[in-house]
Amino acid sequence: MSLKIMQPGLSTSIQDLGRPGYFHLGIPIGGAMDRFALRVANMLVGNPEGAAGLEVVFMGPVITFENDALVAVTGADLPPKVDGVVQPGWTAFEIKAGQTLSFDFLKSGARAYIAISGGIDTPPALGSRSTYPIGALGGLDGRNIQAGDVIPLGEVDMIEPGLHVPADLRRLPGNPAELRILPGLYWHRLTPAAQEGFFADDWAVALEADRMGYRFKGGKPLEFVEREQPFGAGADPSNIVDGCYSYGSVQVPGGLEPIVLHRDAVSGGGYFTLGAVISADMDLIGQLQPHTPVRFKKVDMEEALAARAARKKMLADVRAHLG
Amino acid sequence: MKTRYTYGGDEHIYVEMDDEMSLDAFFKSLSMSNAVRDAKIKGVTEICPANASFQVRFDPDVISPDEMMAKVKELEHKAEDADKRLKTRIIEIPVYYQDPWTHETLMRFRERHQDPSGTDLDYAARINGFDSAEAFIEAHHSQPWFVSMVGFVAGLPFLYQLVERDKQLQVPKYLRPRTDTPKQTVGYGGCFSCIYSVRGAGGYQMFGITPMPIFDPEQKQSYLSDFMVFFKPGDIVKWKPIDRAEYDRILAEVEADTYVPRIAEVDFDLDAFNADMQGTNAKLMEALHVA
Repeated sequence: MSLKIMQPGLSTSIQDLGRPGYFHLGIPIGGAMDRFALRVANMLVGNPEGAAGLEVVFMGPVITFENDALVAVTGADLPPKVDGVVQPGWTAFEIKAGQTLSFDFLKSGARAYIAISGGIDTPPALGSRSTYPIGALGGLDGRNIQAGDVIPLGEVDMIEPGLHVPADLRRLPGNPAELRILPGLYWHRLTPAAQEGFFADDWAVALEADRMGYRFKGGKPLEFVEREQPFGAGADPSNIVDGCYSYGSVQVPGGLEPIVLHRDAVSGGGYFTLGAVISADMDLIGQLQPHTPVRFKKVDMEEALAARAARKKMLADVRAHLG
Repeated sequence: MKTRYTYGGDEHIYVEMDDEMSLDAFFKSLSMSNAVRDAKIKGVTEICPANASFQVRFDPDVISPDEMMAKVKELEHKAEDADKRLKTRIIEIPVYYQDPWTHETLMRFRERHQDPSGTDLDYAARINGFDSAEAFIEAHHSQPWFVSMVGFVAGLPFLYQLVERDKQLQVPKYLRPRTDTPKQTVGYGGCFSCIYSVRGAGGYQMFGITPMPIFDPEQKQSYLSDFMVFFKPGDIVKWKPIDRAEYDRILAEVEADTYVPRIAEVDFDLDAFNADMQGTNAKLMEALHVA
């Protein structure tokens, strides 16, 4: 049971739900940028929600199947095609041995998730198949997929095709996208005017937007509360004594362009962070294209937890819908 | 030293023991993060100690952030009462200072540096008041270092030198980070030295390179057979300057998977160290040569 990669696309990687437990050694949590989409894709083809699939960025791969399989594509609107015939997204469809899966142009979003019945069965590294190229961990030989790769699949009892997730059970960012942030961490380093300006300004996704982090531009530079820099922190007012970075934390080197740290981010460093994007909104970031307008919205812990519960309920609704 | 507690989004608690670096802050952070680990609080998924702070990741569906915060705060007194003693190891790390590979890289990124006219070492020597790069190198390797954090990328150690505050070497990071750093570069930023475990982006000044791998997912070296990451917080490091011939010799051993670093078990007592730094360091370094 395997797939043959004819063309890899722009940046296609094997991802599951990640590799928690090694962050204290600088090994990131990894896993799909839009975990909701990966979970739903797996549900559609009858896999466990955490099975490994392919994360596709902007441009789809071309894949030939050696065996019959059930496939679902979720996340970004990147229309899948079987031997050139367009298939619906967020729907399980059949593909026969010898047929080829390819993709039309991206219509919206940034990352599509391909789940295949049986799941990708590459050897796990530290408990996960997620690809972390910097550490040469996971995936196929620790790297993104390339033309000519043969990717092993797990054994499976195929379920029927045709399962579908309607639009009201999908979650995609708006335009402008709104990202909710809980201030904290080194928030006190900013002046009250900078704190206010950060949430009032219009931002847009910059070109440097990948699995490590998303950079934003367009807002005013942030001013810092004046102080003598603490010993060991470094001279720039945005420097701190190197500490851990929270998943979703927002660093602003030099006070200029905010960067939201994502699944493959460095685990720590010497830049102040002003808080973190709430857990409920992290999946949305994975669907943002460069230049997308973005507003940051300030929330408190109660609102963050309510949003988290709403997201959990949505996943439960999808499970209930799919039976 | 005043402890500061804050949230990192809805899944992290961040505890800063002090906003400046010191071994006291490091020991308190390590003790307290150990106390949190030992408390086995339900819902905790990761505990990450850092130089003068630590972070707890938790699942707010299992334990509410308020409750989690209260449980972490309760453990502060344990950190204050804890022994400032560690059973640890000292490791001799060979360093080829002023090597051709970091030199080629630093020349390639010269326009991102504070002083494009010289090398990173010339600059570091000058701003720390040394007459020459050689004198600065001497200060860098003559006294041992403490691994105060592991992270950034896979298995990268941050190291803090075991000397008085007024003898600490300090250098800023590059004005703009490089997009490339050779694997196993010995770097410097703020008051910390580091070893880049993998090739990649970096902002620390580059002083040299070690032939000794410190991260390997294939775990080919004997000293990486237990785990793919070599360092852990609390390790003590002594840099050993080497020349090109020795670098090549060690590299050949590394390639044959036969390299064995010099390592000795030692005890480190913070109070004893604070009372007699030179004496404590001399004893630590002696241990490398009796083992």
